[in-house]
Amino acid sequence: MSKSGKLPHWADVTLVPLTSVALAFVISGILIWAIGENPWAAVKLMVDGAFGSSYGWGYTLYYATNFIFTGLAVSVAFQARLFNIGGEGQAALAGLGVALVCLYIPWPHWSLALVGATLGAAAFGAAWAFIPAWLQAKRGSHIVITTIMFNFIAASVLGYFLVNVLRPQGSMDPASARFPSATVLPKLHEMLRPLGIPFSTVPPVNISLFLAIGMCFAVWFMLWRTRLGYQIRAFGESEPAAEYAGISPVKITIYTMLISGGLAGMMAVNSVMGEQQRLVLNAVEGAGFIGIAVALMGRNHPFGVFLAAILFGFLYQGGAELALWTGIPRELIVVIQALVILFTGALDNMVRMPLTRLFAMRRAR
Amino acid sequence: MDIAVIVQVLDSTLRLATPLLFACLAGLISERAGVFDIGLEGKMLVAAFTAAAIAFVSGNVWIGVAAAILASVALSLVHGLASITFRGNQLISGVAINFLAAGITVVVAQNWFRQGGRTPSLSGDARMPRLTLPFADALRDVPLIGPIYSGILSGHALLVYVAFLCVPLTWYMLFRTRFGLRLRAVGENPAAVDTSGVSVTALRYGAVAICGVLCGLAGAYLSTGLSAGFVKDMTAGRGFIALAAMIFAKWRPWPALWAVLLFGLLEAVANRFQNIEIFGLTLPVQAMQALPYILTVVILAGFVGKAIPPRAGGQAYVKEH
Repeated sequence: MSKSGKLPHWADVTLVPLTSVALAFVISGILIWAIGENPWAAVKLMVDGAFGSSYGWGYTLYYATNFIFTGLAVSVAFQARLFNIGGEGQAALAGLGVALVCLYIPWPHWSLALVGATLGAAAFGAAWAFIPAWLQAKRGSHIVITTIMFNFIAASVLGYFLVNVLRPQGSMDPASARFPSATVLPKLHEMLRPLGIPFSTVPPVNISLFLAIGMCFAVWFMLWRTRLGYQIRAFGESEPAAEYAGISPVKITIYTMLISGGLAGMMAVNSVMGEQQRLVLNAVEGAGFIGIAVALMGRNHPFGVFLAAILFGFLYQGGAELALWTGIPRELIVVIQALVILFTGALDNMVRMPLTRLFAMRRAR
Repeated sequence: MDIAVIVQVLDSTLRLATPLLFACLAGLISERAGVFDIGLEGKMLVAAFTAAAIAFVSGNVWIGVAAAILASVALSLVHGLASITFRGNQLISGVAINFLAAGITVVVAQNWFRQGGRTPSLSGDARMPRLTLPFADALRDVPLIGPIYSGILSGHALLVYVAFLCVPLTWYMLFRTRFGLRLRAVGENPAAVDTSGVSVTALRYGAVAICGVLCGLAGAYLSTGLSAGFVKDMTAGRGFIALAAMIFAKWRPWPALWAVLLFGLLEAVANRFQNIEIFGLTLPVQAMQALPYILTVVILAGFVGKAIPPRAGGQAYVKEH
């Protein structure tokens, strides 16, 4: 998020994030070594588990789909220099939207249900982002704090709905009933079969993957090809300048957060409708927070977000395999995620300074 | 509702408010110096694990507490490095620290104890002993004084009393010492402090280190006083409730005490009763859990008096040449 300094643009978008990720990996490797496991074997196991089979690929892409949505959500907000930590809560509430749409509307076909659920998810996610946005724009309350608070409030709201409203009678489990079969989304293997491509039938990767890729293009178009996108970026670059140019800070803050919340919400289409087929308490599983790491690594650009989401999808699937076959628990991925956020987001200058110096030396020669 | 239940609820209010109070004062001191800290949760979590693990291994709870403080301060210094030295985004650094803590505690706990990311249960000297205040036993049957003194105030771990003692200490430090004056100045106008020849960097590192010590105590109490051992994610959002209490108290120590007591009471009531009936209306337990966060949003929105953070909060100081 800081200024690019004297680094050439290509180095800024490739070298800086790659160095940060490399640092995060090296430290994680040291951690693996310190707990008595072999880092090299761990990496091999992760790569094999995530990319070695269509089964692995399926899970990698399923996780990546979630992270594309939440990563785009954080990116759009970052473009306007707003830090939306509320993706977790927005996605949780959007799960409620998806559940209501799937349970209470008798859909004739999955394609119509997909449109309905996407709209429901986006609307609920956006609505949950609206209040912090309005409070920031009109009352000056810090959006980071309000979105954090709204994550917790969302968990309580969801808990209330699951226990008291959506739970089928006689069930002890705080979860909704199973969605009707007409709302089952096509899995990737079903979509690839007519093309003669064999793909594992197990992983939950589904048509939402293409919705996510579509949203990458849509966000790119919105940010760099529309008036609203220009206003968002101008506002993020300099608020006083944007205001001087007649851009309303209130309007841009609210619009940006509505888009951000809607994008985070769409994740529920993949996880709630595409995988679980019912609403459970912790459907988001931290994907809202991973969006922060994805956006930072992807340099707030939809293409970067796409690549970073695949990387985190790999880490998630690889981490699951690692937990299965070695003594390294899944939480190792949370450590890697934290280090990526730390190096790309907070210690950005530490990574950038030596690189900038290196380039300055080369140019001097 | 009889007296015994009320005494029980207030007694557990004090215990539940203790980690909140330490963390709240920690955040208060850091933010008064201009360093935003949303990583309170992470520091508490690492401290909770370290305290329980080291207390279990050494068999002495106080060695555990010391180790917890060291671990928490180490994370504080990472935050300081990112937000003071390298002028990075303080909020992002806080987020990173929270995740780092959530991950590393489980990885190490699993590696050391192989119990699914928890430490073994603590007992004996590895747990914080409960103190009985003088004459508590003698006064137990005196009406009014008995339940309050012997039932509510007595019988807590040492750190509970330390936490409440930290309120006047923090107040004195911030408003009656030179260090406190400079600390507050550095959060409002660092350039002025720099001009008067005092190091902004040193002051902010000092504040961040104190924040680490207090978060260490918060976490240590959580795993060795409030419970008997560490379990995965045991802070459960307490760092954020403490942050909420700090905003609720508008960055002042005495109001912070009332805020954490209120939030502690809410938690104690939510633990004791599931759904509460008020005038025929059923208040679900989730509403009690969400109340601290809702109150904070209302306060932040300025509907009940405006909460204004220190003016230079969240900004790195760049020295002019």
